[in-house]
Amino acid sequence: MSTLFYISSIVAIASTIMVITRYHPVHALLYLAVSFLSVGMIFLSLGAPFVAALEIIVYAGAIIVLFIFVVMMLNLGQETAQQEKEWLKPKVWVVPSALVLVLLAEMLLLLFTGSQQVMQVSQVDPRKVALSLYGEYIIAVELIGFLLMAGIVGAAHIGKHRKPSLHRFLQNGDTEKEKAMPVREQEVISNEQTVLHD
Amino acid sequence: MSATEHILIVVGVLFVLLNIAAGLIWVERRLLALWQDRLGPNRAGPLGVLIVLADTLKLFFKEDWIPPFADKWVFILAPAIVVGSVLLSFVVIPFAPGIVVADLNIGILFFLAMSSLGVYSIVLGGWASNNKYALLGALRGASQMIAYEVFMGLSLMGVVMLSGSFNLGDIVAAQQNLWFVVTQPVGFVIFFIAGIAETHRLPFDIPEAESELIAGYHAEYSGMKFGMFFIGEYLGITLISAMIVTLFFGGWLGPAFLPPLAWFVIKLFFFIGLFILLRASLPRPRYDQLISYGWKIILAIVLANLLITGAIALWLRG
Amino acid sequence: MISHLRTMWLVFLHLFKKKVTIEYPEEKAELHPRYRGRIVLTKDPDGGERCVGCYLCAVACPVDCIALQATEDENGRRYPDFFRINFSRCIFCGYCEDACPTYAIQLIPDFEMADYNRQNLVFEKEDLLIDSQGKYPGYNFYRVAGLEAGVKKKGEGENEEKPVDVHSLLP
Repeated sequence: MSTLFYISSIVAIASTIMVITRYHPVHALLYLAVSFLSVGMIFLSLGAPFVAALEIIVYAGAIIVLFIFVVMMLNLGQETAQQEKEWLKPKVWVVPSALVLVLLAEMLLLLFTGSQQVMQVSQVDPRKVALSLYGEYIIAVELIGFLLMAGIVGAAHIGKHRKPSLHRFLQNGDTEKEKAMPVREQEVISNEQTVLHD
Repeated sequence: MSATEHILIVVGVLFVLLNIAAGLIWVERRLLALWQDRLGPNRAGPLGVLIVLADTLKLFFKEDWIPPFADKWVFILAPAIVVGSVLLSFVVIPFAPGIVVADLNIGILFFLAMSSLGVYSIVLGGWASNNKYALLGALRGASQMIAYEVFMGLSLMGVVMLSGSFNLGDIVAAQQNLWFVVTQPVGFVIFFIAGIAETHRLPFDIPEAESELIAGYHAEYSGMKFGMFFIGEYLGITLISAMIVTLFFGGWLGPAFLPPLAWFVIKLFFFIGLFILLRASLPRPRYDQLISYGWKIILAIVLANLLITGAIALWLRG
Repeated sequence: MISHLRTMWLVFLHLFKKKVTIEYPEEKAELHPRYRGRIVLTKDPDGGERCVGCYLCAVACPVDCIALQATEDENGRRYPDFFRINFSRCIFCGYCEDACPTYAIQLIPDFEMADYNRQNLVFEKEDLLIDSQGKYPGYNFYRVAGLEAGVKKKGEGENEEKPVDVHSLLP
């Protein structure tokens, strides 16, 4: 099992590095999906098939697809890749990666000098997961439920239909006040603002 | 189980599945024709079965064209994912006692995981084609499949509650006395609907809707790459039918005068026929109708079903 | 939901309905007498060619698949020197038949003329001319025309009055 663990860990690290270095967002997301799959594999090799399956269903199967969905909608082209290329200069990444390397060296030092503990693999079946989730960690589950509820309410609020957009001839509303303040004026202002920004 | 036996099962299952998927081309064309008062392909070979061979040869010899504006590697990757993910799902399906490739503890979750990976083929294929119709198809496919994956998973949880296991073999064994379609009729109907949406079969073939999007996400594909999408679709039908049979119709169980495998195959083909009948009879809903139907109606029903099933299961156990 | 199930059931029942397919090579569809198929040139009751080489069919043809050259025999009867129809272009619209003043060119209910070689689809006059009067039996153009072309003398045609001697009209 530990061989599988190390292989999938290496795959995870390699694919995550690829995520950072790809210039094209969709290719980067593909590597991210591979990274999640290998994390799922790591869970499987550690004896947690339930978490592994959930990792693939939720992260690889839904969240990354939504990311790709958004990237597809943004219609990023060659220019974005070029921009990425310009941003990813050595002077940006050399210092953080040097710091991370220090941490890695420390971790390796600890791993090899510390107590030689053999990797424990114990099967965690869905029943155990369920019992600990709804017994020991029930407060956490409920809090996460609240958090998700807030997210759903927010999404529903954002996605709520605004008042129907009217043709510009009909736009000068029903009330006297709206008639007095033409809508066109505002558009002009916003245009000026964008011009200033550019 | 010895290693040779295991390899034999793997190769056998793969061989039979690919042949069923190819044979479905003929089955579907004949059945559709019969339901439309036509005869369908009946020339090549006895009853026209060799039309499968002719179709395959045609697909092999077609020009395998990769458009210059496409993202080449992603374009090639997409059709491989669809067949790969569906074939991997078959790993957990028990065809008969002892005939299962991998008797996983988390069989249902594995199936859900693999079917959720199937989305990638549509999304990547549509995006890599660099074609606006393909992109529209991919967008529709992604939202449709992610939405219906949720209901598919939730509709199965009733079965999991009643049988107390994620293992498909155990689930079949739990239906010894009563098929789960009797105790979980709502779950069955919703799993069936979600299964159609998940395999993007008609009437929910919104990602490829010929009359609106040419061929949707695989508009740019030709040759055997298109063939992979084609085979993937038929494998998907077989997979969903096999899952329905396993989860709700007692898998291999049946009166003893036929071997278990035969019962499984009979039930399997009944549901494949039902899929084709759906294609022959029902019109395609609009895209927003499908999604709002899912989130506004099916989600409520499936959650209520889950709640009631859980309550009854608790009550029965005291 | 009920209506969906009903639809599915009704479609399923079509399994047992009679099929409308006609299995062509073994079983031929019945073609109507005025079906527009292969083009032929017909003959009059006396066995002469009906075509007078007026070019109206060639002019009417929307795809220009008819080519002919008119000529005359020693009696002054016009006939086509050559008459060529390229059936790989023909769209079987029947305009040539409409245009023909002598009922010579006719479309008959026969469509089985596929070929692997395009050149074989160019039909010459001897391929087109059939020994029949087609859809208008008993019609002979030269018998109703005023012209004398070896078929009848001037003034002996059907519904034709004797030629008037213009000199006799003098007062």
